[in-house]
Amino acid sequence: MSDESARNITEDLLRPLQRTTWRFYVLVAFLGSIVAMGLGTWAYQMYMGFGMTGINNPVYWAFYITNFVFWIGISHAGTLISAILRLVNAGWRRPVTRCAEVITAFALMIGALFPIIHLGRPWLFFWLMPYPSSRLIWPNFRSPLVWDFFAISTYLTGSVLFLFLPMIPDFALIRDRSTGLRRRIYGALALGWRGTTKQWHRLESAMQIMAVAIIPVAVSVHTIVSFDFSMAPVPMWHSTMFGPYFVAGAIFSGIAGLIIAMAALRKFLHLEEYLHPVHFQNLGKLLLMMSLLWAYFVFAERLTVWYGNDTPEMNVFYVTQRGSFAPLYWTMVFCNFVLPFSILAIRKLRTITGCVIASFGVVVGMWLERFLIVVPSLSHKFLPYSWGHYQPRPVEIMIMTSTFAAMCLLYVLFSKFVPIISIWELKAGEHPSPALSPMAAHEHPLGETHA
Amino acid sequence: MAHKWGMAVDLDRCTGCGACVTACHAENNIPTVGPEQAARGRAMHWIRVERYWEGDFPDVRLKFRPVMCQQCDAAPCEPVCPTYASHHTEDGLNAQVYNRCIGTRYCANACPYNVRFFDFFNPQWPKPLQLQLNPDVSVREVGVMEKCTFCVQRISAAQIDAKANKKELKDGDVKPACVQSCSAKALVFGDLNDPESEVARLARSPRGSKLLEDLGTLPNVTYLERQTQV
Repeated sequence: MSDESARNITEDLLRPLQRTTWRFYVLVAFLGSIVAMGLGTWAYQMYMGFGMTGINNPVYWAFYITNFVFWIGISHAGTLISAILRLVNAGWRRPVTRCAEVITAFALMIGALFPIIHLGRPWLFFWLMPYPSSRLIWPNFRSPLVWDFFAISTYLTGSVLFLFLPMIPDFALIRDRSTGLRRRIYGALALGWRGTTKQWHRLESAMQIMAVAIIPVAVSVHTIVSFDFSMAPVPMWHSTMFGPYFVAGAIFSGIAGLIIAMAALRKFLHLEEYLHPVHFQNLGKLLLMMSLLWAYFVFAERLTVWYGNDTPEMNVFYVTQRGSFAPLYWTMVFCNFVLPFSILAIRKLRTITGCVIASFGVVVGMWLERFLIVVPSLSHKFLPYSWGHYQPRPVEIMIMTSTFAAMCLLYVLFSKFVPIISIWELKAGEHPSPALSPMAAHEHPLGETHA
Repeated sequence: MAHKWGMAVDLDRCTGCGACVTACHAENNIPTVGPEQAARGRAMHWIRVERYWEGDFPDVRLKFRPVMCQQCDAAPCEPVCPTYASHHTEDGLNAQVYNRCIGTRYCANACPYNVRFFDFFNPQWPKPLQLQLNPDVSVREVGVMEKCTFCVQRISAAQIDAKANKKELKDGDVKPACVQSCSAKALVFGDLNDPESEVARLARSPRGSKLLEDLGTLPNVTYLERQTQV
């Protein structure tokens, strides 16, 4: 590799930041208007009363909690995958890590909004936080919702740090190549980066610490989200396997989200030279493995319930297996197992298109999975007299749609202001020079290059 | 000794007339939501009369079961509330602090009896029903959970009255609205810590059982029913 290729990397990856076409503005306006409509809908729901939703007695949690779990699940793509790939020092990780970590940060922000949207009195959400109150009241630390607050805020802080650290050298690069206000903004973001050996060493150490620390945090976050359900004595919720089941499902849907995001970036930002089919194949294999793991968990859960033959659980079991929720259930099985398995297990079909199709299936299937965990159990609790049903109302559908638009909008804006592929890491991979990677020492295995 | 309020429901006496439901609405300022909202599952009855049909036509038996908050000793609704809005009082009641409730509705999900209700809208009373609002009970605003309190306002009033007159609270001094209105005397309320009280006597009855007892919620409501040998 020559200086030529290093310059090409910089040019290619900074191009989206320097050149803006009308398509960008149209896209931002389109997505922004959907997000604005979502915010307006939320305001309308607060003004008119929570009854505008389809929530009822006994289905007190439905669409919003489904979306909460779904988005927190999507957030597991990024940081977790990136941290694992960094720790095992997979050479192909370099173009993938940043676009994965961004998903985490944004999906968490969106996911964390849902518990607030779903509150009866959302303006009092800060009562979930332990703040010094004049009334000397603390939140109830026994409540899984309070654990949620701590888990999500820890994960958000950690993953934003994890995202930000490797961006510092790239911010410095942009700073050095720009003038005026741009230079000042990126200069501030670069935190005085000069690229000295000492700074590289510190960056590497910090990234390694974060990569190790973020993995248990990520696992704990979705375990705690699952505790929201498994701590309540509700049929089919009260299960010991919910923790690992949710974590596996989260990583599963997260990889699918990452594949879709990468395919979109590749197409629209013309990153064909950086995101190769091999990246999709590798992630596709990971998706295949998670699909099998997911199927194993569902099989274990269903079989245990069926053999247990506990009447309240069997009511929920049958209503999903062959009752009113059966169409959704079997769509879920198709989208989460049949479709990705048959595409990804065959090497010929494991192309970029194949991986994207499988990923769309998984995203839909995992959303349905969360819905089928939340709603059928609540609508079929212990006393048959109080069984109920649920149908989403326009308010809920609009707010849900707007969060998908919000995810796209944030991603589009991010890739406009920050190089979506880490320039220095890519260079370090393709162009192992001591100036760029002085940290390839034994104590800094992350800096090693795999040519 | 502290009180431990409890209730006994004699299913062999209950006629399913629904007077308890009406009395509860009147006493506790529970709004009526109208047919459209009720059809959507937003009806609020702190006490409801469940109807179950047993057997096949024509040999059908109709059974009524009034279900209100069971005021569990190990209440699943309490630990899950993030703000302590749902908490246990010294008298063994599951209290709900409306002002502290932010409406996560987690308590209602955790409750196996489905006796916790959410205010989907601000309450409204068609005129002239607003004139019969009970001044002793607060009106709940949109977005909070509410539930049967065992008519805690009547318990407090009786305790204050007893203290003012330097008397002991006697069995039968406190009667929640449902108990007061039950013409079949199917509902009995009292202090379970007083072994001589009628409710304590009925709670010991061999006819007695607890609703969903095997969940381990330790309810303070006993259901009395003729036991048949199978």
